Amino acid sequence: MQTDSGKIPSNQGIFPFRIKFEERISDVPKWYTFAISFGAVVFALLIGAIILWLAGGNPWATYAHIGRSSFGSIGVFSDTLVKATPLILVGLACSVAFRMKLWNIGAEGQFFIGAFAASAVILIPILPETAPSWLFIVVTAAAGLIGGGLYGLIPGLLKARFNVNEVISTLMLNYIAIAWNNYFIFAVWTEAGFQMSKVFPQNSWLPRLTDLGSKIPAFRGLTTHFGLVLAIIAAVIVWLILYRSRWGYEIRLIGDNPKAATYAGIPIKKHIVWVMVLSGALAGLAGMSEITGVVHRFQGAISPGYGFTGIIVAWLAKLNPFAVIFVSILFGALILAGREIQPSGVPKMIQGVILVSLIASDFLVRYKVSISRQRAEA
Amino acid sequence: MNSTLDSQNQPRKVVEMRDIVKRFPGVLANDHVDFDLLEGEIHALLGENGAGKSTLMNILAGMYKPESGSIKVHGKPVTFTSPRDAITAGIGMIHQHFMLVPSQTVTENILLGLDEPRFIMDLKNYDQKIIELGEKFGLPVDPTAKIWQLSVGEQQRVEILKMLYRGADILIMDEPTAVLAPQEIDILFITLRNMVALGKSVIFISHKLHEVQKIADRLTVLRKGKITASGVDAKGKSRAELARLMVGREVIFNLDKKEAKPGKVVLKIENVHCLNDKNLKALNGVSFEVRSGEIVGLAGVAGNGQKELADVLTGLRLCSEGTIIVQGENIVNMDAKAGIRHGVSHVPEDRTHVGTAPNLSVTDNVIMKNYYKKPIARGWMLHSPSADKYANEMKEIYDIVVPSVETPVRLLSGGNLQRVILAREISSQPTFMVAMQPTRGLDVGAIEGVQKLLLLLRDAGAAILLISEELEELISLSDRILVIYEGEIMGEVTDGDIGKIGLMMTGTRQEQLESMGVQDAN
Ligand SMILES: Nc1ncnc2c1ncn2[C@@H]1O[C@H](COP(=O)(O)OP(=O)(O)OP(=O)(O)O)[C@@H](O)[C@H]1O
Ligand SMILES: [Mg+2]
Repeated sequence: MQTDSGKIPSNQGIFPFRIKFEERISDVPKWYTFAISFGAVVFALLIGAIILWLAGGNPWATYAHIGRSSFGSIGVFSDTLVKATPLILVGLACSVAFRMKLWNIGAEGQFFIGAFAASAVILIPILPETAPSWLFIVVTAAAGLIGGGLYGLIPGLLKARFNVNEVISTLMLNYIAIAWNNYFIFAVWTEAGFQMSKVFPQNSWLPRLTDLGSKIPAFRGLTTHFGLVLAIIAAVIVWLILYRSRWGYEIRLIGDNPKAATYAGIPIKKHIVWVMVLSGALAGLAGMSEITGVVHRFQGAISPGYGFTGIIVAWLAKLNPFAVIFVSILFGALILAGREIQPSGVPKMIQGVILVSLIASDFLVRYKVSISRQRAEA
Repeated sequence: MNSTLDSQNQPRKVVEMRDIVKRFPGVLANDHVDFDLLEGEIHALLGENGAGKSTLMNILAGMYKPESGSIKVHGKPVTFTSPRDAITAGIGMIHQHFMLVPSQTVTENILLGLDEPRFIMDLKNYDQKIIELGEKFGLPVDPTAKIWQLSVGEQQRVEILKMLYRGADILIMDEPTAVLAPQEIDILFITLRNMVALGKSVIFISHKLHEVQKIADRLTVLRKGKITASGVDAKGKSRAELARLMVGREVIFNLDKKEAKPGKVVLKIENVHCLNDKNLKALNGVSFEVRSGEIVGLAGVAGNGQKELADVLTGLRLCSEGTIIVQGENIVNMDAKAGIRHGVSHVPEDRTHVGTAPNLSVTDNVIMKNYYKKPIARGWMLHSPSADKYANEMKEIYDIVVPSVETPVRLLSGGNLQRVILAREISSQPTFMVAMQPTRGLDVGAIEGVQKLLLLLRDAGAAILLISEELEELISLSDRILVIYEGEIMGEVTDGDIGKIGLMMTGTRQEQLESMGVQDAN
């Protein structure tokens, strides 16, 4: 509940101006929100430029380089898409949960378990090495979905049954997932003492554009893999669920006012469990796509924090599944640029600055800021 | 009656609003409105739901900026960019939904957001100041009490004190009586009289015409954003005249109610016990029946278990004991869906926190109870064209004033929000309906409409439990009236005897009344 009229104490005293924040009562037009977001990105890039310049770099050359190394040619754009693929799936996972105000920050752990489950299919092996590629795709994808889904089920049940805060439980489960995977990497599927499994058989790899290189020369060397198709299908399905299904309506209602949902006879606890399962399953699919599409073996360090970046992606996309795709590509580009640019912290820093200014810009949408000359006020 | 009015021939204008225009997407909420407030008067602002009353007052209180027009306060032109500016100019608005922090004390709430004191120090000093201020205006409060411990009426007093403490001399009260029990309304009116006697001026919005007759000095009427009567003397206006000014047609106050033909028992509850939100006993062995084709009224002073009863009947609260049988099935302690399957509908007391999802559209809100049925549901899918079509029908039938069914309901005027809930609950053709204050916040025309609809529902065979604090409405609609006191049913009144109801409301049991022979004494 807002206190008083939502005022924030203003700084006063030494400063000759007085800054006032008042909560907006009337709605701002849609274009204003877009304009503010756009302004925030531009502002963030300027800040980044200043920092680069202070550090002795040439900001414009750096930006041009980032642009070139992420979008400059079909080849690098393909790499950008490879980075964007897991982000899309994890971003979708977070969007689904956040719609219902379920703060699943365990996508990272669900990603790891999804990767584990897909690897298990190949390494146990459940499917023989000679099984056809399509069968591998179906079975590993199912394993990823189920693995991640079960890993989402745990915090879902804990919340529905015992009202355990999902922020804590999902966060803790992240560490457990990493430890779980490490056990298998070090002890079970270790390849000649190395901390990784053997390379998966070719049949189990997700098809890549380069695999078509013999027929279509333009695709030669392109690493974009079938995971992108899975991600886009997932986005469409999530969109259908959220905007066109009964379930999506129930999720929206619970997210906006749980009391009204209870009043309408919607079983909130059941939905908590199922939404966590769906969210986990999507993150698990991201893990499967990454391990069979890019890494091709079971090992540690398969995620530069995709699970956490996904939270940011979902947030910036305002939980809209199609916007998730575009925001993911932008973030994919920044991750990719991180490899190209020295010091490699620069794109990370820019990513951070963009995020902070976008979040801060939300403040401008909700509050009105006025600056006036300081005067003694009765 | 009023010192400033008597001692001066020409009372000063404290507020002059000229040619105010305010547009929202799809609506012209205020269409070149003029409004004057005199010093030391209580000025009633009347108008149908969505006429633009709250909008006009929000403009005066600095919440909205008008597209055009000018405002003078105490003769000086002003432009407000925030509620802060308005309060500096002496204008304070008390909203229908209080903006208080429940876990803090009265004093802390009153001081919140002020520059003084800088630190929470010597609150005792301030407690004393607040007591003094309260005594001056006849607003007794305990400054050390926590907000959650206070009744709605007391919370309203805190809101008024908050404005007075900030030096407001013009008070705007938007439907202050809608949430109050009749006794609390009387106390509020005494306070208002006190305040104007001390030179404050009050703008008072209400849909209850008898209150306007009782308290207002002058009145202004808005209709569809335009002024239709401005600064008219309120004294001696009859209720019918006021109603005609508001809706522009005759309003029938006497319902022609047919004799009820009660049929089979639809709801039967026995020995129901439950706790309230503070874990105190709220219902203590309640038993009664409601038959199809009858309206049973439930009278009682607010807070005697009415809300909890409505909650247990609709699956929103657990019972510790007892049975609730709807159409032969015991649905005690099942979720709301169990009741909904049997055709139970519920007009909740709290329309913003329970009855609607504020950020969702009108469509999403009206389909809340039938989204899983054909034609809106098609298997797993929700067919949005059907949903929109249904919502548009509801908008027509219940006369919901809103630019489109896509509009989020938080932007609706108070009365129109209530219409959204009524549309949903009445049109579901319930077998049993729990209606809590169903006409709260509605204008006279709409009240007439809703009362007729309730009678139609009854005649079509629905069983209706009507919970209300307005005895007049209760008596005119109900076929029999139960009286609740401290979670127990005191007895039943079938002849609409106000005296008897009043005695039971304060805790006298029917048997006691009969043995005392009160009926004759009345
Ligand atoms: N913030 C807003 N955005 C869009 N439309 C609005 C907004 N506030 C009010 N309206 C619209 O303006 C019109 C006037 O609303 P207002 O709240 O002033 O009515 P009212 O006279 O107070 O009615 P009621 O008696 O039902 O409270 C309504 O049609 C309402 O839907
Ligand atoms: Mg209003």
